[in-house]
Amino acid sequence: MSEIDLATVNWARAQFILTAMYHWIFVPLTLGLSFLCAFFESMYVRTGNEDWKRITKFWMTLFGINFAIGVATGIILEFQFGTNWSNYSWMVGDIFGAPLAIEGLLAFFLEATFFAVMFFGWDRTSKGFHLFATWMVAIGSNLSALWILVANGWMQYPLGMVFNPESARFEMQNFGEVLFAPIAIAKFTHTTSSSFVVGSLFVITISSYYLLRGRHVDMAKKSIIVASVFGLLASLFTAFTGDESAFNNGRFQPMKLAAYEGLFDGAKGAEIVALGVLNSGKRLGDGQEPFAFEVSIPHGLSVLAKREWNAFVPGIKDLVYGNEAEGIMPVAEKMKKGKAAIADLAAIQEAGKAGDEQAKAAALKRFRENQDYLGFGYLDTPEEVVPPVATTYYSFHGMVFLGSFFILLLMLYLYFSYKETLEDKTWLLVLGFFSFFMALTASELGWVVAEVGRQPWAIQDLMPVKVATTNIAAGHVKATFFMFFVLFAVLLLAEIKIMLRQIKIGPEGV
Amino acid sequence: MIANLDMVVLQQIWWIICSVVGALFLFLTFVQGGQTLLWQVAKGEIERSLVINSLGRKWELTFTTLVLFGGALFAAFPKFYATSFGGAYWVWMLILFSFIIQAVSYEYRTKPANLLGEKVYELFLFINGSVGILLIGVAVGTFFTGSNFTLNSMNQVTWTNSLRGVEGAFSFFNLSLGIFLVLNARVLGSMYLVNNIDFTETPDLEVRLRKACLANFLYSLPFLLYVLVALLVIDGYGFDENGVVSMVSFKYLGNLLAMPAVLGMLLVGIILVVMGVLRTSLASGTNGIWFGGLGTVLVGLAIFFTAGFNNTAFYPSKVDLQSSLSIYNASSSHYTLTVMTYVAFLIPFVLGYVTYAWRQMDSRKIDMKDLADDKAY
Ligand code: HDD
Ligand code: HEM
Ligand code: HEM
Repeated sequence: MSEIDLATVNWARAQFILTAMYHWIFVPLTLGLSFLCAFFESMYVRTGNEDWKRITKFWMTLFGINFAIGVATGIILEFQFGTNWSNYSWMVGDIFGAPLAIEGLLAFFLEATFFAVMFFGWDRTSKGFHLFATWMVAIGSNLSALWILVANGWMQYPLGMVFNPESARFEMQNFGEVLFAPIAIAKFTHTTSSSFVVGSLFVITISSYYLLRGRHVDMAKKSIIVASVFGLLASLFTAFTGDESAFNNGRFQPMKLAAYEGLFDGAKGAEIVALGVLNSGKRLGDGQEPFAFEVSIPHGLSVLAKREWNAFVPGIKDLVYGNEAEGIMPVAEKMKKGKAAIADLAAIQEAGKAGDEQAKAAALKRFRENQDYLGFGYLDTPEEVVPPVATTYYSFHGMVFLGSFFILLLMLYLYFSYKETLEDKTWLLVLGFFSFFMALTASELGWVVAEVGRQPWAIQDLMPVKVATTNIAAGHVKATFFMFFVLFAVLLLAEIKIMLRQIKIGPEGV
Repeated sequence: MIANLDMVVLQQIWWIICSVVGALFLFLTFVQGGQTLLWQVAKGEIERSLVINSLGRKWELTFTTLVLFGGALFAAFPKFYATSFGGAYWVWMLILFSFIIQAVSYEYRTKPANLLGEKVYELFLFINGSVGILLIGVAVGTFFTGSNFTLNSMNQVTWTNSLRGVEGAFSFFNLSLGIFLVLNARVLGSMYLVNNIDFTETPDLEVRLRKACLANFLYSLPFLLYVLVALLVIDGYGFDENGVVSMVSFKYLGNLLAMPAVLGMLLVGIILVVMGVLRTSLASGTNGIWFGGLGTVLVGLAIFFTAGFNNTAFYPSKVDLQSSLSIYNASSSHYTLTVMTYVAFLIPFVLGYVTYAWRQMDSRKIDMKDLADDKAY
């Protein structure tokens, strides 16, 4: 392993965070709004009512503005694995490259082809084919989510592969296991359904603005009905799949769960903190109370994470220092095994070069015993396995709080739409006006939980982020970071300005 | 069935698939070529809009093909992906940059309140078509001229030139290949526009496009000739049955002679491009793009096949020959290649619906009516 330059690691991380979170500003809107456009157009085709056509075209215009910048930010991510994480790309490219390639072939082409039909085909193709194209864009976008989330899910809990010490990389053994991993399924369903919420609330926000202003009232009310039905169903499903994700975390990533629940000491029948403020002075093993203030539900966490009233949920302390009674190995011991695996890896290569088959076989046998702990060998201290607790904790609770709020909000929108008194409920419309920004926040927070919560690992237990980087001087990465930062800031500003202008123009102008 | 194929066969299949995607991308750079022609051939608001709207219906296809090219290389030849993208860092970053600014430009160019103004977005398109394609040419050039990297026993790349890949642009060969690709894209771009636009109300635009086709072809000839002649005489990176890499004189000439089919593709490809140019510039045909396009695909295939087949290292290292990558030492495992080959059976299906959708869309040429559409760029 060549020397690790921590400055490079940190700039590469900063760049990944920047580009992924920028990309994620646009992606959930694409995922959600594409389906809403398809719904609106289906209404048009079924009723033949030109109003629905105008509504469809209006939301499509906004969709297009957002889509363009989504594509622009996506291409960087695709190549960034190579440019900034080239050790990672080599070590796991055998498994990780496949979903990315499949995504390009099966999803992006669907999007790209039918996007043009959807936008320019109104007078060039039949009504039916046009509607088909719009649906294909929605399906294509959401399919692209599938593949990238399979890739991400695999990093959270790698399976279906074996380490090949000769080539010093992981090689795929079972594609089905990678594709149908429980984590991948939970991720896909939770991410897409939460993005439907984002898309629906986008429609709610703009329509509420029109209602507050008394403009385009008819269009706004029609849009609200479609968006709140879709949004409410999606929110309920989001809560359900979110719960499934937490259950998965309990099984596969207990450290992440402990971090976002602020659980330092494990317990049987563990309680869940519904509302609480972390004690910022708390350090691992200092005996202080983890919370400065809390409201808890008894047994909640055991039920959430293990689906059992009295099950043991390990805390951060148990996971770092071990818990013999519960059969949890201390990290210090895993580090020893990991270091042995790394040494044996070198021995395998040495013996291979020297042509000593016997020594090679012996080293390989020893390596296999410890290979599951390979990543721990790169750690310097056991405490390194603890992710930033406060960030994950607050992000998680913020997301869940917002998620519950959306369910309530959308119910109210439906209720008052049904009563036909929505226009008089200024307070609700004001809340609704802000809901898109809250949804986007919840969505970004979700990724913070998922990604910060798995630090220090790039691939859980096998590869810490710090050994995943490219061997490159930090200055280069820093330079590209700022290039992206400036470019993105300018493009984002342009996008917002164009979007606002189109909203101001409204459906009559399109 | 596929699981029983030899590793070597799978590796070759995947080099062919990657080459096809790469060659299709070169054809689809007619979008980039058209972007660089914009200011030169389109006079006035209306003509510029016609050109932009014609290209604007296709740019995503080119873009997505580039993404797929990257993805396919990652899946099939991860060592290349890791070595080249991580090593020749700046070349790829600059290429990426030029595609980021392209992606927003069509949609934002004429939208009200677009912050930067029409001219800047047109400049973005120009940069993408010129710098972007030039650097892609430089990167492909290094398949023959070699790069500056070493790999350690864990296959981690160390780049030995602090310019991180940009140094490739200082090779006359790489540069010529890049310039040729830019000019060829312009040739294709003019052919495509001649084919795609209804010129009833803008006859001058047609005349200028047909002229540009010939002119750019003539400009491209010296660069093409230089690349071809150099390719035939330079030493190349070959390896023996033990995988030991060495410099072989007249390696690429040898490859062409050893693989007559590839030589045939190269020659037929060039002839087709010439035919396309003649049809577009000297006759009044509108189908030159199909000749030029197919010709470009064949030439592209010939380039990639010459680089990768016949015991040739396709991504050679100048500083440490034994670090050079070949399709045999840079590929994914047998299992992954097998899975991906099954997936690749869907390629004809994808090509099928892409073609179908485009036939629906292109059944009528782009005209003034399209510019009046509310979704027009
Ligand atoms: C859950 C969904 C999701 C996630 C997690 C990501 N993306 Fe994305 N991506 C999309 C969903 C999406 C999309 C909805 O399909 C986009 C957004 C806007 C768009 O036009 O397509 C897209 C666009 C997009 C494009 C341009 C596609 C084109 O040619 O049209 C690329 C290359 C990527 N993405 C690559 C990535 C990579 C490498 C990611 C991981 C780090 C990533 N995306 C995260
Ligand atoms: C678009 C949605 C995503 C967002 C907003 C996001 C967010 C983040 C954040 C905030 C980090 C930094 C964690 C830290 O360093 O403290 C990170 C790291 C990382 N993520 Fe994601 N992520 C997203 C999707 C993905 C996907 C789909 C993948 C893989 C396919 C992925 C791969 C990585 C990798 C390799 C890192 C390592 C860098 C690091 O840990 O700093 N991410 N991501
Ligand atoms: C309502 C209750 C919710 C619960 C219980 C919940 C639970 C979770 C959990 C446990 C994770 C981490 C998954 C992992 O690391 O493997 C997660 C991630 C995420 N959440 Fe939520 N969530 C909820 C609501 C929301 C809402 C309202 C949104 C956005 C509108 C959202 C968006 C996301 C996103 C984008 C991720 C990252 C992708 C992923 O890992 O699946 N969530 N959520």
